[in-house]
Amino acid sequence: MPKVIVFFAHPRPHRSEINLPLFETARSIEGVTAVDLYADYPDFSIDIDREQDRLRAHEVIVFQHPLYWYSAPALMKEWLDLVLEHGFAYGHEGKALHGKIFLNAVTTGAKQDAYSQTGMNHAELRSLLGPFEKTADLCGMRYLAPFALFGAGRALEESRLESHRLGYEKLLKALVSGRLDLQKAAAAPVLSGELESFLLTGEAV
Amino acid sequence: MALLSEAFVYLCAAVIAVPIANRLGLGSVLGYLIAGVVIGPVIGIVGSEAADVQHFAEFGVVMMLFLVGLELRPAMLWKMRQQLIGLGGLQVVGTALAFAGAGLAFGLQWQNALALGMILSLSSTAIVLQTLNEKGWLKTQGGQSSFSVLLTQDIAVIPMLVVLPLLALGGHGGGAAAEDHGQSAGHGGEALAALPGWAQALIILAVIAAIILTGRHLLRPVFRFIAEARLREIFTATALLLVIGIALVMDFVGLSPALGTFLAGVVLSDSDYRHELESDIEPFKGLLLGLFFLTVGAGIDFGLLFGAPLTILGLALGLIAVKFVVLFLLGALFRLQGPDLWLFALGLAQAGEFAFVLFGFASGSGVLEPALIQTMTLVVAVSMLLTPALFIFYEKIVAPRAFAKTDREPDVIDRRGRVVVAGMGRFGQIVSRLLLTSGYDVIILDHDPQTIENLRRIGIQTFYGDATRPDLLHGAGLDDADLFIAALDDRDKQTKLVEHVARTYPKVRILARARDRHHVYELENAGAHFAEREVFEGALALSRQALIELGFHPFRARTKTREFRHHDIAMLDDLRGNFNDGGVDTSYIDAMRAHSETLFEIMQVDRGGDRTEGMERGWTPPPKGDQTL
Repeated sequence: MPKVIVFFAHPRPHRSEINLPLFETARSIEGVTAVDLYADYPDFSIDIDREQDRLRAHEVIVFQHPLYWYSAPALMKEWLDLVLEHGFAYGHEGKALHGKIFLNAVTTGAKQDAYSQTGMNHAELRSLLGPFEKTADLCGMRYLAPFALFGAGRALEESRLESHRLGYEKLLKALVSGRLDLQKAAAAPVLSGELESFLLTGEAV
Repeated sequence: MALLSEAFVYLCAAVIAVPIANRLGLGSVLGYLIAGVVIGPVIGIVGSEAADVQHFAEFGVVMMLFLVGLELRPAMLWKMRQQLIGLGGLQVVGTALAFAGAGLAFGLQWQNALALGMILSLSSTAIVLQTLNEKGWLKTQGGQSSFSVLLTQDIAVIPMLVVLPLLALGGHGGGAAAEDHGQSAGHGGEALAALPGWAQALIILAVIAAIILTGRHLLRPVFRFIAEARLREIFTATALLLVIGIALVMDFVGLSPALGTFLAGVVLSDSDYRHELESDIEPFKGLLLGLFFLTVGAGIDFGLLFGAPLTILGLALGLIAVKFVVLFLLGALFRLQGPDLWLFALGLAQAGEFAFVLFGFASGSGVLEPALIQTMTLVVAVSMLLTPALFIFYEKIVAPRAFAKTDREPDVIDRRGRVVVAGMGRFGQIVSRLLLTSGYDVIILDHDPQTIENLRRIGIQTFYGDATRPDLLHGAGLDDADLFIAALDDRDKQTKLVEHVARTYPKVRILARARDRHHVYELENAGAHFAEREVFEGALALSRQALIELGFHPFRARTKTREFRHHDIAMLDDLRGNFNDGGVDTSYIDAMRAHSETLFEIMQVDRGGDRTEGMERGWTPPPKGDQTL
């Protein structure tokens, strides 16, 4: 059974410089189910049963998307609104997601220093993604720090795509094989740069 | 050069006459006949050689029966057996006996009468099928029954070919039949004539068995081998060789070549090469058969027609009447009703092209007197000429009466609803179902009893009546309704209906189905509050799928389609002012052209690498050079 599911939301993949290559990478990894939400639901008519079945069938849920106004593209929000039903994701009987792992894999337009107390946004990326973290909390999921590429608009020109893509590959493979240091990843402000420090050494669990 | 100039004349006549006849709904067979009449009796370009040509052209009949055989997949025949044996069989037998009786009354010998009866019992597959197809009647019950009968008749030709020579009167031996009918082939029947009867029978049976076995086991590998060589013309040559070979063998043992090729066709009908064989033989058959009908036309004795035009016409009308009565009774027996019964009985009431074939065969075997054949050929041709008139009678007189002006009174509408829908065709059905399942009381009107019956079966009540009649609309409670949905198929009726409702019931909102953009304006001018082009959204959905098939991401295809839709609706709004009732002027054309250019630009944006920044909207990242980020 595939362990990790990547929900990808990008309304213009044909113009995507970063997210599409990242998604292709996710698609190529064994044990990862890759879902292009805008391809599956171009009319926003989301099949709730199908999506809930997908969630039940996986242990790790990744939302991969560009950061649009400190959040995800619209379809991803629609997806949350429809799929995370009472009695399924939350509420007294809603325990389908308990114990699963959730994280955002995002790209931002602004550079990393914009996402700090002293920077342009006066906040860390992780705190701006608060609604996702709170959603995960309410559904009993373990929220990991966002995996992020900052300044994505110039990443291609500055040759930062390839190293980020390799990092994404490492992250997903580690999630599949259970080699990610969950405690450390849950506590960190952001997952990027040296991913090695978040990997467990020794035998796979 | 004689051959070429003859071919030129025949082809020329066919090329001119056949398309014209087709356009007039006469069918190609009559086109060939008329062409033959023109080059033969009328201007006399061809004459003596016509008989030789006819012998050659008869081979078209042999090919036709091969193709008929190919069409007859045993499984399909088995599925249709009831219709074929019951309806079709009874039609052939009943009509044959009726004509035989008539022949006896005219003083013919019983053999002659029976032969004539059999020949005349057949109808014109070519004309009838073409008309049914063209008019879209083939899928109706009447059309399906007609098809079954025509199929039976095609099959019945085979036993007729066997029986006809046996009906020959003294002086002509049965053996002569195949011989005279046989084409340029050797005088085969005689080869066996010396043998005793039982030996002849045995050899004939052996030949038939050989054809079946060869067809089943030997031909398939041969065809596979040749098909693998991928030499198209050699495959054609093989197909021709097969047909000619079988014809020769049959001729040799004194049987009808047509029978043999028919058998071969049936044997090959469920082989993999059926379609290839069909398409290879088809053109040869078509041309030769056309030539055959040409020669029949050329051979028509005009003296006879002008000598006794009333007799010929009377006989033709009599023939149609007899066939019609038999068909009508049988149709009723097989539970055809109303217009279906009429279509069935009127459509098949002529004699067919097989009659010419069988006349040729009968004259060869001496079954019928040449003089009688001359007369009957004319009668058959006239009956075919009258066929379009019969169909017109059905279309203009019978069908409208049956469908629209039946004795049936409009239903009394005892319900009330917020919505009234007029017209329950493809369009109205979708609208009504959506509203009904959304829980609204919808009063639905339609004037087609069949539609009403079909809908009743799935639990939707539809009221019968002509929605353009004021009293029916009043009865439907339009005074109290909030919404009127006009969904008639007929463009002008639809506009008139909207006009009437808008004038009489000013409080009701009117939504209308429109045929096209101009109709939208017409309906709006007539008082519709909203008009929707009936095919617009459907075509957009299909275009969107086309973009996806061409490699577009589904969401991009959706966005593109929405842009197009948005622009097209904007154009609809813009051009409204330029639309003058009943037509367009240059300002309309100009405005439309300007819109098309803008649309082209809009749709080109966002194509591949050529970035036209600024024009692009929607999910666009900030420009790469923006240093504030």
